[in-house]
Amino acid sequence: MTPLIDVGAVLRGSVADRYSNLVTRHTGRAVRSGIERELESFADGRVAIIDFSHVSLLDYSCADEIIAQLLIRFAGGDSDASTPEAYFVFRGVGDHLDPIEHVLEHHGLAIVMETPGGDTHLIGEVSEAERLAWHVVKRVGPAAVVDVAHEAGLPTDACERALLGLWNRRLVVRDASRFIAVGAVQ
Amino acid sequence: MTAVINVPPSLDDSTFELVLDQVARVPAEEKLLVDARHAKWSSPYGLTALLTLAQSRAERPSFTGPEDENVASYWSRLAFYRHAERVFELHGFVPRPKPAGESDVLLEITPITKSDDVHEVVGRIQEKAKQILTTGLHLDPKATMGFAMTLSESCQNIIEHAGQGGWVAVQKYSWRKRLGRNVVVIAVTDAGQGFRHSLESSPARKLSDHWDDAKALEQAVMNGQSRHAQAGRGQGLKGVRRFLSRWNGRLSIRSGTARITEGSGELAADIPMEKGLAPFPGAQVQVVIPEHIET
Repeated sequence: MTPLIDVGAVLRGSVADRYSNLVTRHTGRAVRSGIERELESFADGRVAIIDFSHVSLLDYSCADEIIAQLLIRFAGGDSDASTPEAYFVFRGVGDHLDPIEHVLEHHGLAIVMETPGGDTHLIGEVSEAERLAWHVVKRVGPAAVVDVAHEAGLPTDACERALLGLWNRRLVVRDASRFIAVGAVQ
Repeated sequence: MTAVINVPPSLDDSTFELVLDQVARVPAEEKLLVDARHAKWSSPYGLTALLTLAQSRAERPSFTGPEDENVASYWSRLAFYRHAERVFELHGFVPRPKPAGESDVLLEITPITKSDDVHEVVGRIQEKAKQILTTGLHLDPKATMGFAMTLSESCQNIIEHAGQGGWVAVQKYSWRKRLGRNVVVIAVTDAGQGFRHSLESSPARKLSDHWDDAKALEQAVMNGQSRHAQAGRGQGLKGVRRFLSRWNGRLSIRSGTARITEGSGELAADIPMEKGLAPFPGAQVQVVIPEHIET
């Protein structure tokens, strides 16, 4: 079963019972710490669903403190050997796309977002080759570089760079020589 | 000695400058009597700025409110007197406290000193904001979310940068003379350290020869600079600007001796940067969101 972190519950548990809005940096830091504590118990390589369904409002400061800083730690240049290999699918973010896209653009980050129907999309800053490669692995399932390159119509070396870039940013899972889209492997 | 400061009949962000021009001529240690007897109207900015003026003085100023009972009663519904009695010595007619009730006051004057206050303000305003933005300003319901974010980010400037508490108020009213339609106005004011001192406190900050209040406002508002080193800071105001540009609104921020204004559509700024204003500590933010009219 895919681990699920209910951000609304983390908010109520770490800040105050009566709040359902993710506003202020102070709140964002407290909630991110709560999420990070939950992530510490996860095994390496697991995909976690970060669920915003029970959050009424997310402001820019909280989007930065929670989503951007979480990605920077777990899926960015700041991750070190002690940081578990974690992959995220963001659920219930449809009402909060404006602040989320804003911070992703600011930091050059991207996430996998789940729609209410259960489909997954890539949002944020990715290159055209990365986007193409991600959609291919999402559609065809676990695939090697040459197969993805063939399906995407990309040169193999460009496709490999794109897939490795996506893996470094934890948008695809790497299983030996194959790549799997995050969201397809919950 | 007590210096008398006359409050103009119509008090808003523009005419409040007449108040500050008078204050600038009075030595800092001298007592003020703020005389609002002839006031007929005030915007939320005018009222929160009056409270901020009192906070900025070493000696608690005296205050005489509007003689017109309707005006005084309206200021009372905005909770002006409730807070004024803590920062002014009140004289003259003081109306009995009245709740805001059903009115165009989205948020009566509310002190902001800590993160919890922002939660309370945003939580309190959401339902009423949705109703007023959609039926009063004919905005898409999606604007409600951006409006609440704008309110949150504006208030957070006090917590993150002012170094002391401030005030917020939100109201819908008709801007007939200037625009010929309804607007919702958010006013957030404080008497704290202001943008220039906030940015100066950053260890990474390199002071240039042209460093002043205007430059500090430009760096913070247009370039998203913050005193905090962490990447991603300073995005709040950028987000506010994005929301306002989408809904043809206007943002103006006064700090120290300068004011920066950015607006779109009919609310485009006549003077994007005003310099050499009378000094006033802290930061005073005004957000204006106009009624949407189908063309």
